[in-house]
Amino acid sequence: MILNAFLLALREIRRNRTRTLLTALGIIIGVSAVVSLVTLGGAAKEAVRGQISSLGSNLLIIRPGNGVGPRVSTAGVPLFTAQDVTIIGEQIYGIAGVAPVRSTSFNTIYRQHARRTAVTGTTDNYFAINNWQLAQGRLFDAADLRTGAAVCVLGDTVRRELFGDADPLGAKIRIGKTPCTVIGLLASKGQAGLGDQDDTIVVPMTTLQRRLVGQQSINDISQIAVSLREGSDPQATSADITRLLRERRNLQPNQENDFSVFDTRQIADTLGSSIAIMTALLSAVAAISLIVGGIGIMNIMLVAVTERTREIGIRLSIGATAQEVLLQFLVEAVTLSCVGGLIGLVLAFGATYGLAALTHLSFVFDPQINLIAFGFSAAIGVIFGFAPARRAARLDPVDALRHE
Amino acid sequence: MTPDAHLTPVIQLRGLTKVYGHGAAAFTALRGIDLTIHRGEFVAIMGPSGSGKSTLMNLLGCLDSPTGGHYDYTGIAVEKLSLNQRSLLRRHAMGFIFQGYNLLPRTSALENVELPLLYRGVSRRDRRELAAQALDSVGLATKLKNTPAEMSGGQQQRVAIARAVVTNPSTLFADEPTGNLDSITTREVMELLTQLNHERGITILLVTHEDDVAAYSHRTIRVKDGLIDSDRLHTPSAA
Repeated sequence: MILNAFLLALREIRRNRTRTLLTALGIIIGVSAVVSLVTLGGAAKEAVRGQISSLGSNLLIIRPGNGVGPRVSTAGVPLFTAQDVTIIGEQIYGIAGVAPVRSTSFNTIYRQHARRTAVTGTTDNYFAINNWQLAQGRLFDAADLRTGAAVCVLGDTVRRELFGDADPLGAKIRIGKTPCTVIGLLASKGQAGLGDQDDTIVVPMTTLQRRLVGQQSINDISQIAVSLREGSDPQATSADITRLLRERRNLQPNQENDFSVFDTRQIADTLGSSIAIMTALLSAVAAISLIVGGIGIMNIMLVAVTERTREIGIRLSIGATAQEVLLQFLVEAVTLSCVGGLIGLVLAFGATYGLAALTHLSFVFDPQINLIAFGFSAAIGVIFGFAPARRAARLDPVDALRHE
Repeated sequence: MTPDAHLTPVIQLRGLTKVYGHGAAAFTALRGIDLTIHRGEFVAIMGPSGSGKSTLMNLLGCLDSPTGGHYDYTGIAVEKLSLNQRSLLRRHAMGFIFQGYNLLPRTSALENVELPLLYRGVSRRDRRELAAQALDSVGLATKLKNTPAEMSGGQQQRVAIARAVVTNPSTLFADEPTGNLDSITTREVMELLTQLNHERGITILLVTHEDDVAAYSHRTIRVKDGLIDSDRLHTPSAA
């Protein structure tokens, strides 16, 4: 009897190609949509998380102006001086390194390739403070800093855009109007989340001041990066820095700070809460896709009921028992749902794998969502494939035959 | 084969009733039918539409449940059987032909005819052979692979006949089998039924409202308002 049920079920599946296809399609779309969305969301989450950790977790950034973001007015607010940097390095307890940062946008040219990119002038501490790894060549050193040598270190995006497959080490690129020798290449930090961190050129601060900008004022450091020693308290340290800088900038007790100290840990926490929102959003999208997919499955199953009820009537009238008919329909529904679900999973895997590669996200396989999507869609397929059959098989054959 | 020669009763009804619906909306289709049909009979059941003739046929074929009365089929009290037991009775003793053929769509003639054998548990090889034989005997040996959509009404009805008799049932129920057919195919189908009755001794119950179809039978029962109006034996005139 079970063998017969399988034989009949598979025969019906093969015979009714349109119905089979539509039913399976509902399940395929349901499963693949949900799995793709959630998997891509997960990959984006992972990418953001990776970016945060690549920032260097115990890093303080000091900027002029009060508040967060690019809209904060810094007009009339003094920048920092080289002496500020030195004194922070000497007087603040618990810091591992401190580096001045000045960034300016330049057109950079190598042969026929050009790119507008942020050029950062800084000291040799900068690389360690910001977790930059050297991929090739060397970083600039104290001697380069002292002399203001025309050397630069390229981020991975700049290297790719200007040089393609050629070897950049030792080549001369033009930053603005100044030729600069490429001495080192930075390892990629990856992109997404915070924008492309690899789109950068780093030069000695003195080089930026003397050669590129062509002016050397003392108040020209736009940002100070401070890395903390392992185990030191970022809040206490930033309070110390704040006190020191207020003093150096002659702020009266009733005056507000005209600079800000950012703790990247705080930025990480902020991003973390955005991730939580993103996760919730993704779950909602997944739930909606599951419901939409489920309704699609129901529709197709219910549309087939009339024809199938007659079929049940025919089978009953020629001597099939209700159990035999039910078993056949159950096998059909389970087979269709499972095969559809598996195809959906495979499609989702292919799509997310491809998209992750295209968008430079890392592919993260999430077994949980695969199981949930498969289970849910298959359950709907089975329930709605089987329930009408159950109703029909309980009828007197004449009522099933009469069904219009 | 005349009914007088064989007096083994196949079907015995006593006070069979059928009521559709409940309460005020209830409709009594059969008001108490007493009837005996013997082995080998070819019976036509006639009557105007709404008279209850199809209801009677469905009850006799165990396709529907009676509301009251007693139905004895070869010694089995049908009114006491469950849906499943009635399925098994149909499987082993009955064959059906319908006005609308009721073949499975998109399914070849051979597979349609095989189906009752499959439920009987006949092996694959025997199924093929018996089904092919049955189709051959209704003159469709060349249409084994055709689906219902590829066949004319008369051909479809002959597939249905092959399916009904492939299990060698003792009784064949035909509900307006020629209702959708033209006069030439009607004759072909009726001659086929007559042949089955004569050569294989299959008891045939036929519902029709056409006199010339009923004329193929030995016995015509007229139903009116849920009761038997007349019941007479006659010589088949058309065969």
